[in-house]
Amino acid sequence: MDLLQLDNISVAYDQQYILKDFNLSIEKGHLISLLGPSGCGKTTTLRLIAGFLEATDGKFSFGGQDYTRVPINKRNFGFVFQSYALFPHMSVFDNIAFGLRQRKVKEDEIKKRVMNMLDVVSLSGFEKRFPQALSGGQRQRVAIARALVIEPDLLLFDEPLSNLDANLRVNMRVEIRRIQQELGITTVYVSHDQEECFSISDRVAVMNKGIIEQLDKPSVIFQYPKSEFVARFIGFNNFIDFQQREDEGAFHNLRSGDYQFHAAKVPGMPVSMKGAIRPDDIIAGTLQEIQPGDNVLTGKVKVSTYLGRSYQYVVVTPLGEFTVNKEMQQPYLSGQEIRLLFPSEKLVLVE
Amino acid sequence: MKNKNPGLALFTFLVYVFLLGPLVIIAVTSFEPGTVLKFPPTGFSLRWYKNIFEVDMFMSTFKTSILVSLLGNLIAILLGIPAAYALNRASFKGKETLNALFLSPLLIPGIVLGFTLLKYVVITFHIPVYAALLIGHTVIMLPFIIRVIGSSLAGFDFAIEEAALSLGSSRLSTFFKVVLPNIKSGIIASVLLAFLESFNNVDISLFMTGPGVSTLPIQMLTYVENYFDPTIAAISVLLMLITAGFMFLIERLLGLTYFTKQ
Repeated sequence: MDLLQLDNISVAYDQQYILKDFNLSIEKGHLISLLGPSGCGKTTTLRLIAGFLEATDGKFSFGGQDYTRVPINKRNFGFVFQSYALFPHMSVFDNIAFGLRQRKVKEDEIKKRVMNMLDVVSLSGFEKRFPQALSGGQRQRVAIARALVIEPDLLLFDEPLSNLDANLRVNMRVEIRRIQQELGITTVYVSHDQEECFSISDRVAVMNKGIIEQLDKPSVIFQYPKSEFVARFIGFNNFIDFQQREDEGAFHNLRSGDYQFHAAKVPGMPVSMKGAIRPDDIIAGTLQEIQPGDNVLTGKVKVSTYLGRSYQYVVVTPLGEFTVNKEMQQPYLSGQEIRLLFPSEKLVLVE
Repeated sequence: MKNKNPGLALFTFLVYVFLLGPLVIIAVTSFEPGTVLKFPPTGFSLRWYKNIFEVDMFMSTFKTSILVSLLGNLIAILLGIPAAYALNRASFKGKETLNALFLSPLLIPGIVLGFTLLKYVVITFHIPVYAALLIGHTVIMLPFIIRVIGSSLAGFDFAIEEAALSLGSSRLSTFFKVVLPNIKSGIIASVLLAFLESFNNVDISLFMTGPGVSTLPIQMLTYVENYFDPTIAAISVLLMLITAGFMFLIERLLGLTYFTKQ
């Protein structure tokens, strides 16, 4: 039974739909990420769940109850903001205690729970400080503690790490995942950073223009994007349009122009006329190294760039340009003829 | 920047003389022992300062002025804080128009505003003089309140209010527990500024005062029409001191840079 369910939710401003007939369900204890470019509706979805805005249409149920019209301050959800949103006139202790005081918890109980929470977020000893005297990472941990101490039924994160620098981001997302798993709290996490979402989530929902394009385990999305949008968003930069397809045995046999390709069949994946592959998954080689045949294209190196661990080439072939990464000591020269091999288990069909 | 330009220094000096010269002259002449305002003074005496407290009109109009400014301030704050909050946080049709409307007393010449209030509000609705004075002063204080508190609110992250709501606080309690403590300095500054504006106001009061009810600046105007003794200079010095005291307070509380921000 799902803990949270959005049924045909629509949100509109001035006749302009941001979400239309949107559906999402979340299992208890899971961390689910909403991932997408800005304007895709992920923050709207989160704010709708939180209760900051109301659906124009549809139903939001939580734990079997209708929450569609429950006001925000009666929902018992914890929300962590991108800007931390700490109360500037209160100490760390009072910030964290705020939610408990609203709930009329006794002072000695508050003290116990706040101190315990400070321990969970590794900020013991900071209770008398004011937010201005904390670093960005510390502020965000106070914000997380403040949201957690009320023992929320659901925890919501709105791009919580965007204002932190790169190293701290990695540490903090590990922290968030640790705390979330320790407390077993159901969490919705919004971000535009795919690495961040993939690393901490049980499920990722990739969103575009107000709909979920794909909702799956991170490892599944990473290997098998269902649509061209998802594929592009997670780094499948190469696409091939096919004109013919035969589904035979374990493979799709595809033809584009004079070239024959095979792609491995994957259960549950779309069957279409468009193939996608990552720059890392194409194997590049000299004319001697790779022989012509199926799943092979010959092309000329147009641009070569150095990525540190590998070189990246843009190769012009009869089927268009492809981007390829290859680890090597001596790079190919511009204008050199090379062959590209598209491994059949890495070439996926997308809608 | 160490730019020693003698021409510029002289120019700056002249500007200061122009600005402060009249104030110095008034301050000096207020100590004149004779019965006629003279510069330079013929001696030193505190006689006219004593006179202020002996003239009933000054004392009673001073009380009226204080009362009207304080009461008007209170009304303006009660109207102004919700107005500033709504103009800042809510989005609704006609918001820009309303914003302009609230600030219009700053833009319209006081004399026009005073006359309009008198002709179309006070006379039409037969409002008693005291109430009329209060209304007029509330109107001129409102823009200061809305402006200054508005800029305080603009600098206050809306997400902080949302955080309080998500933690179970109601909208009203969020306003008192979270918003108000964070715009406190803006409120104090707006109150002090509005008070000065009201206390020193002449143009609106001119139309709103009537038989038996007058404010101190209006009384001073009436006084100089009849007498030439240095009492007015002495009062002016006291008013300057009050104003300076207020500005000092504001500077202490917020720093004067508060008003040049944005």
